Amino acid sequence: MAPGFRGRRPEAFAVLGRAVRTPRGATGLAIAGCVVLVAAIGPVLAPYSSTAFVTEPFARASGTALLGGDTLGRDVLSRTLDGGWELLLMAAVATALGVAAGALCGVVAAYSGGWTDSVIMRSVDVILAFPQLVFALLLVSILGPKIWLIVLAVAISHAPQVARVTRAAALDISERDFVKAMQILGIPGRRIIRRDVLPNLTSVLMVEIGLRLTYSMLVIAGLSFLGFGLQPPAASWGLMINENRVGLIANPWGVLMPAILIALFTIGTNTFTDAVARASLGVGRRSTEPDPLAELALEGATS
Amino acid sequence: MTTATEAPERVGPPSKAARPHPIRDTLIRRSGIGILTLILVSILVFAATQILPGNAANAVLLNTATPARLHALEAQLHLNRPAVEQYWTWLIGIFHGNFGTSLANGASVGSLVGGRILNSAVLVVLAGVIGTVLGVGLGVLAAARRDSLLDHVLSVGALAITALPEFVVAVILVIFFAAVVWHLFPAVSVFAPGSAPWSNPAELVLPVATLVIVIVPYVFRMMRASMIDSLESDYVQMAQLKGVPRWRILFLHALPNAIAPTIQVIGLTFLYLAGGVVVVEYMFNYPGLGQALVAAVSDRDIPQIQCIVLVLAAFYVAVNILTDVISLAVSPRRRLPRS
Repeated sequence: MAPGFRGRRPEAFAVLGRAVRTPRGATGLAIAGCVVLVAAIGPVLAPYSSTAFVTEPFARASGTALLGGDTLGRDVLSRTLDGGWELLLMAAVATALGVAAGALCGVVAAYSGGWTDSVIMRSVDVILAFPQLVFALLLVSILGPKIWLIVLAVAISHAPQVARVTRAAALDISERDFVKAMQILGIPGRRIIRRDVLPNLTSVLMVEIGLRLTYSMLVIAGLSFLGFGLQPPAASWGLMINENRVGLIANPWGVLMPAILIALFTIGTNTFTDAVARASLGVGRRSTEPDPLAELALEGATS
Repeated sequence: MTTATEAPERVGPPSKAARPHPIRDTLIRRSGIGILTLILVSILVFAATQILPGNAANAVLLNTATPARLHALEAQLHLNRPAVEQYWTWLIGIFHGNFGTSLANGASVGSLVGGRILNSAVLVVLAGVIGTVLGVGLGVLAAARRDSLLDHVLSVGALAITALPEFVVAVILVIFFAAVVWHLFPAVSVFAPGSAPWSNPAELVLPVATLVIVIVPYVFRMMRASMIDSLESDYVQMAQLKGVPRWRILFLHALPNAIAPTIQVIGLTFLYLAGGVVVVEYMFNYPGLGQALVAAVSDRDIPQIQCIVLVLAAFYVAVNILTDVISLAVSPRRRLPRS
């Protein structure tokens, strides 16, 4: 982490700017951006309703249905264009909630220390004992596949890892002289956290947001693939892969299109996050060549 | 990573033991924390599936809930007794090997799940071992030929594959090797529930390959980074100056020191596999724990869900302890007592 001083907001933008200017960062952002664009304006462009029966089941691509039909003869193109925005929105909200909750826990744990720290970090260990997908499945099994529940489950399963990373970074900053000085001056802890500790964590948090967004997409699309997301007849990329894989030979587009879009999004966000992490460590400035020590630090941060 | 974050906070009073034994101490301390974590997990799993939803019996029966059936099921699940007593009965049952009976088909959960543990274990161990060997091998190769075309291709490829969901990898493999391009391997497993998973190796190929492809990039990236780090160290340069052959430097000087940080990542990949098998088993219809979990969640088969989640959590905790102990055992510097 860079040496900390107050008022580091411009620094966060500088890191983002540096990341975008690297080939890696630009590629990642462009790829993820394209998928977001498809998902966002797709519903407007879709030639048919996503639930309308347009052609034969698993019909080959033709003039009426450019990418053929799905398992019930609905238009694959329309369902692809319509099936992304909810997935992306869920991933974004889950990421925001998870990172916010995790960062809060991590900073409070680091700054308070002692008993509060122990309680928070032991709770973190308990949630970490569940694989993310399994934790979400556990909650879904109780209350059913509700959208808010899935978002909440994914957010809760993100929080522990974010809390660990944030706590480590915040511990580092809490030990600095400028924080000590303010404590001696009698400035209340809450204000020190908000005005001085948090701004110094922006680089760390940006990397976390990127990572968690990728993982959110993996888990939410995975749940959707398992049938615990948006319920039929709604269109959703994960669900489409599951519905249409029986007809893989007759019309592969029904599986390929959603799979490609999900893959492109996660590759894009992950590549961009990698670029941000390198930029925040000051590696991206020199060249695109990966620095082994930075890579070690990155692996530590990402795992 | 676990030790790295845990070690400093555990200052405590200095040990009174005459000779500190870091490996034994770590094992005892981590096992203690592990058991505590598992107890808390069991409380959470119990609370989540029994107390939160208003009433589990309602959730199970859904619209077929008549007062009489509801009452019978409540009695069967002991829902009419206080929560603490319910938890106690459940926990004691687990220690006696009794995980309850499945709500979906009335069979004993222990025997339903027991047979599947082996199937999933075969998948996890095969994928874990192959993935580790491949990841370490490619990492060493890339580090030895740093900045070559091969290194760049591998690094960029690893970055891209790291982010792929399992079902996307699985779909791509099915398209290429099972359904559309070639027809080499079956796209779904069809072996009978009782038969051993290795009795038909062709059915294991695609599920294992999917998991391997997903985990190799993690191991590779870590191995490459720590290998480059150790190739740049003084003792490797010293060995080069002495004229030690290249292969000896790579495998006898650099590799042993580079493997320690990678062990944490290998542990993490095994942890990942505990969740990864869910999607892969479902995709290939492989009769393991993950597939059973998905089916149980669909059926709201609470005793089975509790059992499978506990098994997965126990695996998680055990791998964590094992990872810490192994990484301690392979890094001589950390084995020495602190201070």
